[in-house]
Amino acid sequence: MKLIKAIIRPEKLNDVLKALFQADVRGFTVSRVQGHGGETEPVATYRGTSVKMELREKVMLDIGVSDHFMQVVVDAILRSARTGDVGDGKIFVCPVEQVHRIRTGDRDTAAVTPVPG
Amino acid sequence: MRTRHVVLSAALVPILLLAGIEPALAQEAPAISGADTAWMLMSTALVLLMTPGLAFFYGGLVNARNTLNTMMMSFVALGVSGVIWALLAYSLAFGTGSAWLGDFSMALMSGVGTGPQGTIPQLLFLGYQGTFAIITAALISGALIGRMRFGPYVAFIAIWGIVVYAPIAHWVWGGGWLFQMGALDFAGGAVVHVNAGIAAVVAAIVLGSRREYGHTALLPHNVPFVLLGAGLLWFGWFGFNGGSALGANELASLALVNTMLAPAATLVVWAFLEQMRAGRITAVGVATAIVVGLVAITPAAGFISPFSAILLGAIAAFPSYFALQWRAKSRLDDSLDVFAAHGVGGMTGALLTGVFANEAFNGLGANGLLYGNPGQVMTQAISIVAVLFYSGIMTFVILKVIGLVSALRPSEREESIGMDILNHGEEAYASSDGTLLLLTDEINGGRSH
Repeated sequence: MKLIKAIIRPEKLNDVLKALFQADVRGFTVSRVQGHGGETEPVATYRGTSVKMELREKVMLDIGVSDHFMQVVVDAILRSARTGDVGDGKIFVCPVEQVHRIRTGDRDTAAVTPVPG
Repeated sequence: MRTRHVVLSAALVPILLLAGIEPALAQEAPAISGADTAWMLMSTALVLLMTPGLAFFYGGLVNARNTLNTMMMSFVALGVSGVIWALLAYSLAFGTGSAWLGDFSMALMSGVGTGPQGTIPQLLFLGYQGTFAIITAALISGALIGRMRFGPYVAFIAIWGIVVYAPIAHWVWGGGWLFQMGALDFAGGAVVHVNAGIAAVVAAIVLGSRREYGHTALLPHNVPFVLLGAGLLWFGWFGFNGGSALGANELASLALVNTMLAPAATLVVWAFLEQMRAGRITAVGVATAIVVGLVAITPAAGFISPFSAILLGAIAAFPSYFALQWRAKSRLDDSLDVFAAHGVGGMTGALLTGVFANEAFNGLGANGLLYGNPGQVMTQAISIVAVLFYSGIMTFVILKVIGLVSALRPSEREESIGMDILNHGEEAYASSDGTLLLLTDEINGGRSH
């Protein structure tokens, strides 16, 4: 099994979700995160104070998949999250030791999306 | 001229129109009334508060990354439209001029002093009317959210206040052709709401939809803001309609109570519609209903009985409710439904004024359809059509001309970042985490990073 962690632009989330649903991905976790990906920092001014916004809003997706499904998911995210500008994000693919589905007690490959059948 | 003038018109029209120009004539006008002046001072402040109220109403309805820009489009009108009004538009609207347009006699506030205009000081009349010019411009912004550069927007409302608002105000309230025809518009159903509504539609078409329109839903980021805004609008509207009597008198009482009752009826009917069709009564729906009811009673407030006001408010819920349902499924990105609320609500109210108007409640108004004068409905319809055409066409022309000088819209990339950062360099919900304080020399040297 693999855990895919994808960090993307918030404004691309809808496109990515659509691509994931089309790829038949049924389970994932979405978190609002802040990060810095080398993009230029906008300058904000509040009264006399000017600040450089070092951290930008990002969205992180965590998706557990079986090995053979990993490339499909990665391709879907690559395709849907890209704008071509600095700051589009990263995809990390990590090995996973165990997966348990809480409702049924299914383990490992049986427990990751999509439900094998 | 709205009733504010109709009421006074029998004896005072010549003096009214000249008072601002010839101080010598002012002595012949009746003395300034302390009570009337007090109420109009209050009303001016009430109507001014509607624009910040509108900013909250609109600001809550948009997503978080466009909140400040949306609110700023209302707030900047407090400055730009107010100055334009005092310097030029007031004279074009209320100067004697012709049936089509006022004149330059009171430009730069020349001759507008503390002498009487009716029973209140001339300056107060200018100020009170200015608050209407401000909110009318701000209303349009609900159709422009999330996709307009701020400079062109400011240019647009400045020019619009002179080219569109001032002439239409003159037609109806300044003694122009619609007034002479007998069109009834107590506090601005046509001048303010139909006018802003059609301008919003045209502006939304000229600008085009937001790039995410149609595949990403626009959900309100702060519904309590929307309710707060609706509440402030209702509160301010007592000055908008009640003040349009131009005095502390029976007519102001009628207009104020009607302004309480009509939106109440709209709210009830709207809630009923939602319960029947969607199974739930929503907070955004109730806030919208309040605004629709307020818009609809605006042209009628000083002409109809309180019972008619309840009927009018109840009826007005239907066209706006269904216009809103239709718009949401269309390609028209009038994002905050300015047309459904103000355009359709204003037209409904203006037409129903021609139905319910009753001289028993305002002897200087007119009777409507129900009181033996079916022709009034046609007069009202003509005033609506005239405003739709003039405002629609001129709004199109103004935006196209500004578009020749400066791009109206930002790039796709900028649009996705949001108008707050792009236009204002601020965020509505900024966090200090991860920000780097810039010192003066860094700002001067390092803006480009």
